[in-house]
Amino acid sequence: MKNSLGREIPDTIKGYYKEVKAFTGAYDNIGDVIKTQVRAKSLMPGKKKLLNSLEEAIKKTGLEDGMTISFHHHLRNGDYVVNMVMDKIASMGIKDIKIASSSLFPIHAPLIDHMKSGVVTGLYASYMSGPVAEAVSEGILENPIIMHTHGGRSRAIESGDIKIDVAFIASPSCDSYGNINGLYGESACGVLGYAISDAHYAEKVVAITDNLVAYPACPIEISQDYVDYIVVVDKIGDPRGIVSGTTRITKDPIGLKIAKTTAQLIEASGLLKDGFSFQTGAGGTSLAVAASVREIMKEKGIKGSFMSGGITGYMVDMLEEGLFDSILDVQCFDLRAIESLKNNKNHQPMSASMYGNPHNKGAVVNNLDVVILGATEIDTDFNVNVTTGSNGVIMGGSGGHSDTAAGAKLAIVVSQLFKGRLPLIADKVTTVSTPGETIDVLVTERGIAVNPRRKDLIERLKDSKIQLVSIEELKEIAERITGKPMEIERDERMVAAIEYRDGTIIDVVRKIKR
Amino acid sequence: MVIDKPARAGTLESSDIYIMVQPNQGQGIEIQLDSIVLKQFGKQIENVMRQTLKDLEIEDIKIIANDRGALDYTIRARLETAINRAN
Repeated sequence: MKNSLGREIPDTIKGYYKEVKAFTGAYDNIGDVIKTQVRAKSLMPGKKKLLNSLEEAIKKTGLEDGMTISFHHHLRNGDYVVNMVMDKIASMGIKDIKIASSSLFPIHAPLIDHMKSGVVTGLYASYMSGPVAEAVSEGILENPIIMHTHGGRSRAIESGDIKIDVAFIASPSCDSYGNINGLYGESACGVLGYAISDAHYAEKVVAITDNLVAYPACPIEISQDYVDYIVVVDKIGDPRGIVSGTTRITKDPIGLKIAKTTAQLIEASGLLKDGFSFQTGAGGTSLAVAASVREIMKEKGIKGSFMSGGITGYMVDMLEEGLFDSILDVQCFDLRAIESLKNNKNHQPMSASMYGNPHNKGAVVNNLDVVILGATEIDTDFNVNVTTGSNGVIMGGSGGHSDTAAGAKLAIVVSQLFKGRLPLIADKVTTVSTPGETIDVLVTERGIAVNPRRKDLIERLKDSKIQLVSIEELKEIAERITGKPMEIERDERMVAAIEYRDGTIIDVVRKIKR
Repeated sequence: MVIDKPARAGTLESSDIYIMVQPNQGQGIEIQLDSIVLKQFGKQIENVMRQTLKDLEIEDIKIIANDRGALDYTIRARLETAINRAN
């Protein structure tokens, strides 16, 4: 069958945890929902949760062949926990495990061997890059992996679509009764937003820590009432891979030009006034947009309400300057963000569900005025690909892209018109991550294109200094310089299915022909 | 024009192409191309090289190229430079 974006979706997906439902529209499945029930084992007073080893914990959880386990990705490319747990599971002879990890990074390459040996047979992730993503693209698993958005992952867990048997939670600080925070310890990562749904909805929860602290581990981010067992290990991660030292604004003149144009557009949109809410990523160009917006806000004395998403020191600066009232933080990107979370009362952690789940009673993304987004490709319908490279290999994923695009009043994609030789704009993107109906504007170094669906915005910009071009014109400008790329040949075999945030299938990734 | 000795031009920086040329007396045109956009632009890159060779009236040459997403004019300029250095 074809979904509403014209993407060919198979009637069945091997190993999928539910029936295939094709994407029909970004806001079609909002309304009545039911949250799943969770079986839990209550604890007698006097019983202890602290165990002697990881192996003991795995045994006590009752983990068996065929079960689903989960991880969070706050330790990013410094994470030791996924590999540690999987090596132990493999050595205990357990097979056919499905991994629900909020994201996977190059450090998780040892998973490939566990896939080859049948220890790991399924994978769910919102973002993945590195050797595991490449191996999946080449078809290492018999069943396609399922990719989510950050909010969609929470939705899938809370609805019971993904039933987590055991959640293994990397815990930078933990006490002997299972209260967890990410603020302290050698592997501090700040917020633990992506692990909250896992803790609340997994049947068994194991906290893995290298920093056992006195009870209670305040300020508590994940509380004891959700945690079954605690295991102490030498190290849960490598701080160098967890947080980047400093995040820098781009020095590239093209990136700076795009940033400046974007800030002018935001100003002209009428949204940049007192109470302004704003989200931008940690990339160099995104930060440059923040810098340009910061200047305008200072100049005009505008006070914003909140910034959200993954947080960098740059946003902390804007908070501490008084340009924004608060930060709603789902993940800390650097040490400044972690420090701010410790010290600033108006720097508030949030769960991935609160951040972007379309099936709760209102996510933070719904309150966003403006979000700045990236793109690997965008097509003339404004559909965006951030999942696969133009060569068809998985190298990312939606993360919060689709969630913020759907929620924000103004979703702006910023990008160079071509990178290397690859043009940004295609007739059809290789993979749809985010539907075009939720993307409002594309800003490039050679012009701004507004989505024709946003007639109100086009009307408003008519009286401003902002010059608009059509996305088709931008595409032609680029192709005159780069030439038109040839299409990648693909195998019939599916290697990944992409779930939109509401759980419908927005696209699939097929194996590349060698 | 004849290729007398091996020569090279270009770099491995993004958006550039590194080209080595070698004599290939009586053996025609031989192109070994590696590119980060081989699937999307491999044919086009080879076409640009062959056209450049035709314009310079070169019939025997071995080209070893490592492309990092260079545009056509870069490919042409790097190849011409390598050839000028080869005789």
